[in-house]
Amino acid sequence: MDMSQYLEIFIDESKEHLQHMNQILLDLENTPEDLNLLNEIFRVAHTIKGMAGTMGFTKVANVTHEMENVMHKVRNGEIPVTTHIVDVLFECFDTLEEHINSLESTGQESDLDPVPLVNKLKAILENKQPEASKPEEEAPEVVEEPTAPTASEEGFSLDLTGLENVFMKAKEQALHLQMIKVTLDPGCMLKAARAFIVFNTLEQFGEVIKSHPTAEEIEDEKFESSFEILFVSNMDKDSIQHEILNISEVADVQVNDVEREDLGEVVEELAPAEDAPAPDVAPVATPSRPEPAPVVRKAKKADSAQDQAKQKERAKQSKTVRVDIDRLDNLMNLVSELIIIKTRLEDHDTADNRQNMNEAIEYLERITTSLHDAVMKVRMVPVERTFNRFPRMVRDLSKDLGKNIKLIMSGEETEVDRTVIDEIGDPLIHLIRNSIDHGIESPEVREQRGKAEQGTVALRAYPDGNTVVIEVEDDGGGIIPDKILKIALDKQLVTDREVEMMSDHDIINLLFKPGFSTAEEITDLSGRGVGLDVVKSKIESLNGTVEVSSEEEKGSKFTIRLPLTLAIIQALMVNLAEEKYALPLNNIKEITTIEKKAISMVQNQEVVLYRNKTLPILRLGNLLDVKQTAEDKEEMIVVIVRKGEQEAGLVVDSLIGQQEIVIKSLGKYLTGVKIIAGATILGNGSVALIVDPNQLL
Amino acid sequence: MSDFREYVVFKVNEEYYGIDIKYVENIEKMLPITRVPYTDQYVEGVVNLRGNVIPVIDLRKRFELSREDFDDESRIIIVNFKEYAVGMIADSSSEVLQLDPEDIDPAPSVRGSGGEEFVYEIGKNEGRIIMLIDLQKVLGVENIETQ
Repeated sequence: MDMSQYLEIFIDESKEHLQHMNQILLDLENTPEDLNLLNEIFRVAHTIKGMAGTMGFTKVANVTHEMENVMHKVRNGEIPVTTHIVDVLFECFDTLEEHINSLESTGQESDLDPVPLVNKLKAILENKQPEASKPEEEAPEVVEEPTAPTASEEGFSLDLTGLENVFMKAKEQALHLQMIKVTLDPGCMLKAARAFIVFNTLEQFGEVIKSHPTAEEIEDEKFESSFEILFVSNMDKDSIQHEILNISEVADVQVNDVEREDLGEVVEELAPAEDAPAPDVAPVATPSRPEPAPVVRKAKKADSAQDQAKQKERAKQSKTVRVDIDRLDNLMNLVSELIIIKTRLEDHDTADNRQNMNEAIEYLERITTSLHDAVMKVRMVPVERTFNRFPRMVRDLSKDLGKNIKLIMSGEETEVDRTVIDEIGDPLIHLIRNSIDHGIESPEVREQRGKAEQGTVALRAYPDGNTVVIEVEDDGGGIIPDKILKIALDKQLVTDREVEMMSDHDIINLLFKPGFSTAEEITDLSGRGVGLDVVKSKIESLNGTVEVSSEEEKGSKFTIRLPLTLAIIQALMVNLAEEKYALPLNNIKEITTIEKKAISMVQNQEVVLYRNKTLPILRLGNLLDVKQTAEDKEEMIVVIVRKGEQEAGLVVDSLIGQQEIVIKSLGKYLTGVKIIAGATILGNGSVALIVDPNQLL
Repeated sequence: MSDFREYVVFKVNEEYYGIDIKYVENIEKMLPITRVPYTDQYVEGVVNLRGNVIPVIDLRKRFELSREDFDDESRIIIVNFKEYAVGMIADSSSEVLQLDPEDIDPAPSVRGSGGEEFVYEIGKNEGRIIMLIDLQKVLGVENIETQ
C-alpha cells in the first residue's frame, strides 16, 4: 500500500501531538506528581508510535516505544519522576521533532541515531527496575504492532456500579448478562467501523447495556484495539463468541457471565485500569484520520461502503480545516482585483452620475468589504502557534545561564495574519533571549537589589485598533543609557553633536542601529553579529514598528506593533505637484490647515505650535524630491502623522480622499527604498507610491 | 544548428544591443511611469504591468548617453533575470536574431563611450555589430551573489 499519501497527514498530526507533548512536559516539570500529565505523555507517545509504526518510520517508533515503556513504569509509581527523566523526555521530544521536520523537508527520517537515546531510556528502566526486562523484549515487534493494547489484557475495566437493577431484571426474565471483551486485529484499518459492526451484530440478539469506552468514544476511535460491552440476551457464551468471531478483523473475544458478586468486585478493581483511555482528558487520540495499515484484508472490500459512510460522518464532525496558504493567497489576490475594479467604477461614476450606477457601486463595495473581511479571517491564526515554543526555550536558556526565570504569557488567543505568524517567531526569540541573557540579572545580583530571586519575562499580545501589539517585558536590570551611548560613540554610530540633541528615549533606541551589540561577554546566545537591527528590519518589513522603553534596575519593555492585515489598507490619497501619494490611514492622527506665518524655525527645523505642542513640520514634497512649481500658499494643508508618542505634520499640496488600496511591493529590484512602503495601482491604471510615515519620524 | 543562440535585438542611440532571449519576458510599448525617489538615477520608476508593479530603468541613462524623450518607437523590454523582474527602456526594438557561435566574439577590453562597459560579447550579423549586454551589470545586481 502506498503510504506517501498519508505522509502529509502523518506530519501534521505528529506536529500537533509533539506540540501537545511539549506543553505537557513543561507542566510536568512543575507538577511532577500529576498522574494525568503522565498519562497524557504516555498516550501521545503511544499515538505517535502507532502512526510511525504504520508508516514504517522505525526511528520514531523506537524512541516513542521506549518512552512509552518508561512512562508506563512512571505512572504505575515504579519509577519516581526525576529531573533526569524529564530532561531525557525533553531530549526525546527534540529528537522526535527533528525526525518529523526532516520528514517534512526530505521525506526521510533524519540521520540522527536513536540508539543513544533509546539506551538512555532503557537505562532509566534498568537502574530503577532491574527486573523490568519485559518491555525490551517487545521492542523488535513494535513496528508490526502499532496498536498493541496497553491496558491490562486480562481484567475487564467496565464499570458495573449501579447496574444491580439491570442484573435483577435480567435474572427475572431468565436472560444472560454477559461481559464481552472484543479485541480487534492489530492491523485493523477502521477500528470504529469494525466496532460498529460488532455492536450491530450483538443488537440483533439482545441489548447492549453499557460499553467501555462509551459508544461515542468508540465511534471517534478513541480506544486501543479492544473494548468491552455489557450485554443482555438469551444467548449463551459460546454462540455469542461464535457470532462475533465471524466478523472479520476480530482477533479475540472473551465472554464472561456476570454474577451477582461481580457487581461489587469489579468496581474495586476498576480504579487503576481506568486511567488508560480516560475519557475526560483532552482527546489527543485520533479524531478523523484514515488509519493506514500495513496489511489490507480482502474482507475490507465488502465493508468498504459502510466504512466510507462512517468516514464521511466523522469528517463532518471536524471543525477545523487546514488550508493551503497558496490557495488563500490566490483568493486574496482575486479580492485585490475586485477592489481595483471597484475603484475604477467609482472613477466612471463622476462622469456619468446615474442612480443605478450608484447602487451598483454600493453593492459592489459591500461585497468586496465583506469578502475582504472573510478572507482576512481565514488567514488569521492565534499567536499561540508562535508563543507555545517559548516556555521550553525560556526553561532551557535559564537552566544554561543558571538563572531562575518565569515566563508569563497572556493573550495567546490574539489573532494575526498567517504571514505575520511565520515571520514574527525569530524576532521574538531574539527579544526573549535578550531579556534572559542581558536583561534578567543573576540570582545574586537580584538578591543584592532586593528583588525576588526568580526573574520574570512577560510576553503579552493584545489587539489595539487596527494593530496587534506584542510586548516582551522583563524585570531585569534595564537598559542604561550611558552604557548605550558609550558603545554607540565607540562604534561611531552617532556623533557627539547628535548626542546633544538626544533624549534618553532616543539613546535607548540606538539599540536598533545596525552594528550594535551590547553583549559585554560573548555567550552562546548573543554576540553572533546579529543584533536588534535585524529584529527591527524584520518587523518593519511587516509594516510594523518596534520600540523599547526601560527603567534602570526595574526592567525593560520591547513593544512590537503590527498591522492586522498586510495586503489591503485604508489610505489617504494626496497630491504633491503632479504626483499622487498614499498615506496609510492608521498613521494619520488628523488633518488640519496651518498658516504659513505660524511656522518658525528651531534648530534648522520648521516647527509650529499646535494645540500647545511643538509640532515638527516636514515638507513631504521636498522629502520625496518632487519638482515643486507652486509657491507656498498662505494656508498650508498639513497631515499630522504619528508613530507611538512622536508626531509630525506633513505638508501636502492637496487632498484627494480616503481610499482602500492594495499594497504591492516595489519588487525585489527596488527593495529598501527610503520612505516608500510600497506601491498601489489606482483606478486609472497608474501606479501611486505609498509613503511610510514611520520612516519620517 | 543547436548551437545557435537567440537574442532579442534593440536599439539605443543608433547602436544595436542584444539580450539572451531566455531572460526576456515580453516587450511593451511605453506605459505611464511613476517616479520613485531615493533610487539610482537610471531607475526611471515603476509601471503597472497587468496588475503587477514592475521597476523600469532607462538604458540611455544607464549607458550615460544624452537624454531623449520617449516616443512611439520606445519600448520597455521586460526581463526576468535571477528573479529580478525589471523593465528596460530602449529607443526601439527590432527583432529576434539567431546568432552562430562563430559570429560571436568576446568584447574588446577597451572602454569607450556608451554602453561598452556592459558589453561582454560582440555579435556580427549581416555587417551589423550587435553588442550583447551583461544583464547582471546593466541591472547593477552584481553584488547580489557575493553577499
